[in-house]
Amino acid sequence: MSFGDTQVLHDVSFKFERGKTNLVIGQSGSGKSVLTKCIIGLHNPEKGQILYDGLDFSAMKKKEKKKIRTQIGMLFQGGALFDSLSVIENVMFPLKMFTKMSRNEMLDRANFCLERVDIVNKNNLFPSEISGGMQKRVAIARAIVMKPKYLFCDEPNSGLDPLTAILIDNLIKELTEEYNMTTLVITHDMNSVLEIGDNIMFIYKGQNHWEGNKDSIITTPNKEVNDFVYSSKFLKLFKEKMN
Amino acid sequence: MMLLSMFTRPEKLSVYWARLMEEMMQLGIKSLGIVILMSAFMGAVIVIQSATAIDAAWIPDYTVGFTAKQSIILEFSPTIMSLILAGKVGSNIASELGSMRVTEQIDALEIMGINTKAYLIRPKIIAAVLIFPVVIIFSMAFGFGGGWMASFGTGLIPEEQYLVGIQSFYDDNLWMITYALIKATVFAFIITSVSSYHGYYTSGGALEVGKSSTNAVVYSSVLILLANLLLTQLLLI
Repeated sequence: MSFGDTQVLHDVSFKFERGKTNLVIGQSGSGKSVLTKCIIGLHNPEKGQILYDGLDFSAMKKKEKKKIRTQIGMLFQGGALFDSLSVIENVMFPLKMFTKMSRNEMLDRANFCLERVDIVNKNNLFPSEISGGMQKRVAIARAIVMKPKYLFCDEPNSGLDPLTAILIDNLIKELTEEYNMTTLVITHDMNSVLEIGDNIMFIYKGQNHWEGNKDSIITTPNKEVNDFVYSSKFLKLFKEKMN
Repeated sequence: MMLLSMFTRPEKLSVYWARLMEEMMQLGIKSLGIVILMSAFMGAVIVIQSATAIDAAWIPDYTVGFTAKQSIILEFSPTIMSLILAGKVGSNIASELGSMRVTEQIDALEIMGINTKAYLIRPKIIAAVLIFPVVIIFSMAFGFGGGWMASFGTGLIPEEQYLVGIQSFYDDNLWMITYALIKATVFAFIITSVSSYHGYYTSGGALEVGKSSTNAVVYSSVLILLANLLLTQLLLI
């Protein structure tokens, strides 16, 4: 995948497992977000295949792609809630567009999802009237309202305090197991990596550089991964103590 | 290309109908206040200026009403009002879509499998094309009202003479109004499509949203002026 003369991604291959939180990590500018945009079809890769349960997404026709997309839940970095809709309307939106449910059924489902992410009594507030952490949780509720098969999260805890970030991470992991979804989390937050990284792919200079999990990432001898993981003083100290 | 990709079957008709009504309210009904205010004042000013300029004894008083009518129907209401609406509605559309783009709301819709151009832009264009002529009729009515208030309030011309001037050449009036409404419809299309284009293809952050908004107004205004010239040539000559 290139933009002009700059090749952003090349030789990337990975299998994201169902029921697991699959993490894509790497430094800023390493190509993580471009990879996600390719996977969800916002960018078209120049070469290669993106397979959803064996079906080649990049070769699909619009109609087939649309069908896959209704099975995708996406959590954006900033939440991407619709400003003009209230919390409950945001969560109900996919149901309104793609189901024939009655208003009461939609309300029940949306309320269930909101309760699941611990948002209560905020139904009539607008996104600008709730905190960043709440916005993320509402966005998760919207992402799972259609019971998706795939959940994609782009830096889900950016801009959140450590406690809220862990809450969001754990929520993603719980929901992944509950709905048996294939979850892909793009992050460069080491707390997330150590908390929920069932499978981890480390991207370096646009390439699939290392694969492992939250246990093996701590002990890997790979220099680039080590530089990334132990970039903070706290983790460096942790490593020294472990040694 | 943007317009072509809008012509798809709506995902759900009821949702699109609700969006259309919403946009009619947003683009048309919510603009009525400023339109009425400006039209009334401009109508009054046109009458006062015409009355003071046409001062010769041999020119009948109803000429002032006639001049006001011609100015309001032919230019002020369809063209000048559209330029004002390009500022209000155009910047609103571009900044709304632009901020949706930079905050990834459009991407969110896209991933859900929604044709974002059809969902976001089509209702705006259809709503504007339907509601702008109505807004322009309001503008004409309040322009005449403003003129009548001026003739009545200042005593520059007798009120009845103003009304005679307004009603003169009745057969021509219908064609003039049709011409004005054709212009309003074309301008509505220009404002919404140009502004939507600038908003939809915004990239970057808040600064770029501002730039898109400015570009939307500038390009819409220039295109309105060009279309005005073209339509006048085609329809009046």
